[in-house]
Amino acid sequence: MAEYKYAESHEYIRLEGDVGVVGISKYAQEQLGDVVFVELPETGKVFSKGDEAAVVESVKAASEVYAPVSGEIVEANGELESNPGLVNEDPEAKAWFFKIKLSDKGELDGLMDADAYDKFVEEQG
Amino acid sequence: MSMNRGGRPTSAQGGGTTDHPTFTGNKALQIEEPLLFEVGNTTKTGVDLPEPGNVENRLGDLERQSIGLPGLSEPEVMRHYVRLSQKNYAIDAGIYPLGSCTMKHNARLNEKMARLPGFGDVHPLQPQSTVQGALELMHTLAAWLLEMTGMAGVALSPKAGAHGEFCGMAAIKAAQLAKGDARSVVLVPESAHGTNPATAASLGYSVRDIPARDDGTVSPEAVREVLGPDVAGIMLTNPNTCGLFERDIVEIADAVHEAGAYFYCDGANFNAIVGKARPGDLGVDCMHINLHKTFSTPHGGGGPGSGPVVFSEALATHAPVPYVIQTGETYSLVESVEAALEDGEHPFGRQTAFHGQMGMFVRALSYMMSHGSDGMRQASEDAVLNANYIRAGLRDVMTQPFGDQVCMHEVLFDDTFLKDSGVTTLDFAKAMIDEGFHPMTMYFPLVVHGAMLIEPTESESKASLDQFIATLRDLTRAAGEGDTERFTGAPYHAPMARLDETRAARQPILRWTPDMPAEAAE
Amino acid sequence: MRYLPHTDADRKAMLSSIGVNSIDDLFADIPADVRLDAPLDLPPNAGEMEVERQLGAMAARNTPASSVPFFVGCGAYKHHVPATVDHLIQRSEFLTSYTPYQPEISQGTLQYLFEFQTQVALLTGMEVANASMYDGSTGCGEAVLMAHRLTRRSKAVLSGGLHPQYRDVVQTLCNLSEEPVEALAADPDGTEDIIAAIDEETACVVVQSPDVYGRIHDLTPIAAAAHEKGALLIAVVTEIVSLGALKPPGEMGADIVVAEGQSIGVGLNFGGPYVGLFATRQKYIRQMPGRVCGETVDANGKRGFVLTLSTREQHIRREKATSNICTNSGLCALAFTIHLSLLGEAGLMRLARINHANAVALADALTAIEGVDLLTPSFFNEFTIRVPGKGADVIEALAQKGILGGVCASRLSPDEKALDDLIIVAATEVNTDEDRAAYAAALKEVLS
Repeated sequence: MAEYKYAESHEYIRLEGDVGVVGISKYAQEQLGDVVFVELPETGKVFSKGDEAAVVESVKAASEVYAPVSGEIVEANGELESNPGLVNEDPEAKAWFFKIKLSDKGELDGLMDADAYDKFVEEQG
Repeated sequence: MSMNRGGRPTSAQGGGTTDHPTFTGNKALQIEEPLLFEVGNTTKTGVDLPEPGNVENRLGDLERQSIGLPGLSEPEVMRHYVRLSQKNYAIDAGIYPLGSCTMKHNARLNEKMARLPGFGDVHPLQPQSTVQGALELMHTLAAWLLEMTGMAGVALSPKAGAHGEFCGMAAIKAAQLAKGDARSVVLVPESAHGTNPATAASLGYSVRDIPARDDGTVSPEAVREVLGPDVAGIMLTNPNTCGLFERDIVEIADAVHEAGAYFYCDGANFNAIVGKARPGDLGVDCMHINLHKTFSTPHGGGGPGSGPVVFSEALATHAPVPYVIQTGETYSLVESVEAALEDGEHPFGRQTAFHGQMGMFVRALSYMMSHGSDGMRQASEDAVLNANYIRAGLRDVMTQPFGDQVCMHEVLFDDTFLKDSGVTTLDFAKAMIDEGFHPMTMYFPLVVHGAMLIEPTESESKASLDQFIATLRDLTRAAGEGDTERFTGAPYHAPMARLDETRAARQPILRWTPDMPAEAAE
Repeated sequence: MRYLPHTDADRKAMLSSIGVNSIDDLFADIPADVRLDAPLDLPPNAGEMEVERQLGAMAARNTPASSVPFFVGCGAYKHHVPATVDHLIQRSEFLTSYTPYQPEISQGTLQYLFEFQTQVALLTGMEVANASMYDGSTGCGEAVLMAHRLTRRSKAVLSGGLHPQYRDVVQTLCNLSEEPVEALAADPDGTEDIIAAIDEETACVVVQSPDVYGRIHDLTPIAAAAHEKGALLIAVVTEIVSLGALKPPGEMGADIVVAEGQSIGVGLNFGGPYVGLFATRQKYIRQMPGRVCGETVDANGKRGFVLTLSTREQHIRREKATSNICTNSGLCALAFTIHLSLLGEAGLMRLARINHANAVALADALTAIEGVDLLTPSFFNEFTIRVPGKGADVIEALAQKGILGGVCASRLSPDEKALDDLIIVAATEVNTDEDRAAYAAALKEVLS
């Protein structure tokens, strides 16, 4: 199974070759509550690490999803547009937001692995 | 990712009571009412009109054959809307303590005055010689607002508070552009109402946050820290959204002016200080006034509002058209930018067709004249007295985010007192509905977790406040004793149980369509 | 003071419960040197009789539309409003409630908003509508901003037939946000070629029909041309009763329809409050400004309504909101929806036919006068005539004779001297044969 890395802003990324698959963590979706809408980036858009790449909305909140690494969007998960509830059901597998072609794999080193993220979340809670 | 949910649950949980179902689904005075489209039909009408004259049609080839709009007879219309009205809470029925919304008594004299044919049945483009009294009313209202605020100029035309905010910030932008001093940033405290950053952004400004200090107010040091040559102005609400008077406001204004920026004051809470302090004396350059808050024009289920803006000497010349001028005994409207330039002014433009919310001007002036100078001051004092009375009545059982300190016209609690009770702010509010109260403002300001902002207004009697306090004390007791059922399934006694907002937002149904089932079933 | 319940004894008892000595202790945060010690220089408390006397005197100095033969239009129209409407909107539960944030105790407001949205969608021929805007002109400005967001282009092309004050509103908004506007010259003759002005930078074309001079436009070719260049068509309607007789903009390819709803239920009110109607296509709803109400169910599975899609709005998105709008025009929307429920399709179409017939009869009577020409061969209930001499003087002279005969086109566009001799005239169901005869007779006298 591919390794998940997490940002402090609760995005995860897992590598598929030189492409990263990005979504929001199980913890983040629990905090948001029922997701009702997802706005995805266009293919071909280029982001720097930390840029706003997508928006996820629950009924009373809209939250920005930041690019955890720099790179170019190669695919967005269109299924989330018609079925935003998937983010609650299966956040870290089926409900990925976008795939990004990394411009600097070194940036991954700045992210947390699953254990570190769990600990981080616990401290936050 | 960012998260600004503030601990708010979003799905419908719990259920209402169906202990004694009726055949109709009605509950005595609460009667189920279908949609207009399910009872009306396109051939029925509740208006008797004469036969149209027989003329040759000049509509070209663009005539319409059908619309699909149902009609009803007059008694059916009456019943439909009366039944709907019975599903609404209202100020006239009980305390409506929405913080920052100022739900005070709406005197019916004001309604009567607005309906005088000389005000309600005149057209905005009639010859000005036939509307001298209407223009006099606008001029008089402007004079009252200037005296109350200690400012130099006024724009009456903004249609609501947010429209007024835009007006004030547009004048600031125009003033700086006129000086060749284009600036790009507006300072907004984190506790500000959402319209503030939205307004700044709509004028092309980027927003820079100002953090609050521990007592919930803004410090001059924090403002100085973020001021710079790129800052166009600051948008500050005073009294602020935590219900506190910004005590360093004069020093903040000085700092802002020294940096070449302007001070926009959000006047949403002006009702706390009418007759007690004047924004003009505090260093404010412009401020909108919600006539529907401070001056009691009815909220009408969400409008119409009215948001006149007052300006300092420095900004007054950039106020938008139209405006009224008086020459001897005659009043006239300056309606175009060209005419205003000839008049020596430099308006930033026009914000709406015609002259603003005249119906609201009449109501507001009627309110002001009724109260008079002494009454308005007393109203502010009573509003502040009532909020502090609630604070004193609840401070030992609820928690205040910035400690127990004197507040202005509204008092802010957070949800610390509910911690580990299994009850959220939302649940607490819904339980208030069962007790016959409208809930307070919840989850605002966003900077306070589980915020509950209570504004009783001056319209509540001591007896009414005592009952309100006693009820909230009982609710806090129940929450503390673990009676979560009273909260999480509430409301049990309202016309409806909690509604599924998630479903509404995921698959938006924004209109009736002919193939829609009459009663959507789960 | 009749609005304040406390006695002095109450106040004293409350101060003591709070634990302060005087009311001034509660205002201690206001710096002493700016605290007001003397009362404001305004009159003192006044009883109902006194207020009625003073405001009544001001009201008496105006000429109400109902008191004279009345033909003024240009974006606000004198129509008859059934007595039921004003009674219902003054019910406490409608008049004195807030925006329906607590849906369990606001279903009255929410259901009528849902019905209102449906009526607006049907009338305009569009898929969805919002819960109202401040008025038609501000709705027009918001529509242009929405088109910017949807197309990611910035140029707005405004027809010369657009109400000049609507044009000014759009221009003010765009100037302040530094977006380009191409406003075509005033077009009383109906000769402009708006299609030629649409290019690859165009976000939207804004066309009013019937236009400010009364002329009816077929929007279909304009919509096709706009869409071909990737631009949107914003259709503006300032006389909503016209949609009881005319093909709706939605059937002619409009992407956004904004309208002034004042004619149905609201009354003249010297310019406000009115009610803006805003309709668009389903696929654009997330970029639509303003409040919207949607259908859902409650915890028992019962149908109900809530405000929805609120994440577009300022209280959540703050500087990223679609608009800074907070209030809509709730009570005016209620008046509109009640009046339209009374009319129904049958009543509205008949009302529209009466309006048209009265306007045709009036146009015939006025153009029978020597020197008076009709500029608008097609029209609904409003048309433009050219008179010898200055239109403004003619209007004033008619007013002296007790006839409010319309609006001189140059009042709305003072910079366009070519409009000086044009008068825009509206006729509605309230005008009688006698009113029209009186107008024709007075105009003849004024011109002779």
